[in-house]
Amino acid sequence: MSILEYNGVGMVAMVGKECVAIAADRRLGIQAQTISTDFQKIFRMNDKLYVGLPGLATDVLSVSAQLRYHLNLFQLKENRDMKPKAFMNMVCIELYKNRFGPYFVEPVVAGLDPKTNEPFIAGMDLIGCPMEADDFIVGGTCTEQLYGMCESLWKPDMEPDDLFETISQALLNAVDRDALSGWGCVVHVIEKDKVTTRTLKARMD
Amino acid sequence: LCVRKVGRTMSERYSFSLTTFSPSGKLVQIEYALQAVSAGAPSVGIKAKNGIVIAAEKKQKSVLYDEGSIHKIEVVNDRIGMAYSGMGPDFRLLLSKAREIAQHYYLKFRQSIPVSQLVHEVAMVVQEYTQSGGVRPFGVSLLLAGFDDDVPYLYQCDPSGAYFAWRATAMGKNYINGKTFLEKRYNNDLELEDAVHIAILTLKEGFDGQMTEDNIEIGIANKQGFQRLSPSEIKDYLATIL
Repeated sequence: MSILEYNGVGMVAMVGKECVAIAADRRLGIQAQTISTDFQKIFRMNDKLYVGLPGLATDVLSVSAQLRYHLNLFQLKENRDMKPKAFMNMVCIELYKNRFGPYFVEPVVAGLDPKTNEPFIAGMDLIGCPMEADDFIVGGTCTEQLYGMCESLWKPDMEPDDLFETISQALLNAVDRDALSGWGCVVHVIEKDKVTTRTLKARMD
Repeated sequence: LCVRKVGRTMSERYSFSLTTFSPSGKLVQIEYALQAVSAGAPSVGIKAKNGIVIAAEKKQKSVLYDEGSIHKIEVVNDRIGMAYSGMGPDFRLLLSKAREIAQHYYLKFRQSIPVSQLVHEVAMVVQEYTQSGGVRPFGVSLLLAGFDDDVPYLYQCDPSGAYFAWRATAMGKNYINGKTFLEKRYNNDLELEDAVHIAILTLKEGFDGQMTEDNIEIGIANKQGFQRLSPSEIKDYLATIL
């Protein structure tokens, strides 16, 4: 059993028309036993930048705190919001710093450029190999299921409401086929002037 | 952080700062450093609507000097340029540090460092040398030209570590006359081409002898990046003025 599968998570980010969405399940487990059904895995960095951290729960907490530290210092120093691409690169560098004793998280970045509002999503592995995509990024213990769902459901230029439906269905049905994820979902849809966060009722098993 | 020292044993004896306050509250070493700057070759910087020009006099004491081999204007990265008045070797060190800072930023964020961030970091280094053991302040004032996204900035950094954003400035020998000249000639609607002309004319004010493409240097920052002009390009500008 891989240490990345100890706690269980399903996470997905998608690109729409002038918007992005990022969603994750809410389960925290210790292998087979479910401990919590409201564990936060997606973190707001700023109004237009969210990062999701699938993986070992202790590292989810540590890495999210560390990223917030770096981002806050940047924003104070440079007096501006960080671009999603720059943020992604910063996360990669920080993860690689622990190349031989890594954090067991495989972050998913989703956001809009602070000036141009261009959508941006990216994922990376636990040692910081980045992957940018113009459609969807998946993470967690049910990536195989998520890839299947996203590949069939995603289409380009979806409006925010349509994107919400699509990402929700992709996530809900993927986590239902994975024992380690599920127990509710959180979806954030990020547009240039607002972020809509919805909690989904799912199969509570 | 690595502090370069001439001899290790000497600085071991000086673990206290050599820059100390005078009774009137001045740091005399910094005042003297500013004197060193004012004795240096003139340099000029002008910010236009669509870019920045920095120019410097590169007169050598003897015709035997190979002028093409040393530069007064250098690139920090492809978007930011640096010029100076004062001691050349001190400039070399700060240039090296500035390049490292810019690359480190690029490594971390994969974006070119905004010039306002670079000048801040360089100024921190300059300040360190006014408050560390066994070192003297830098004998240069720097001019940094570059863009923050779409906005052009011209910064001057002094030996104290203080930095200022200018619309136009002159440093080195004759800088007071240079600034007076710029005050008269500058307006907010200058285009880059006009700014280059004014920069050359400002240098000409205090120039001894004939200005040629080999004894001045010009660097231009625009939205595409920063580059130092070649002697033949400088010659073209000089031909339209002289």
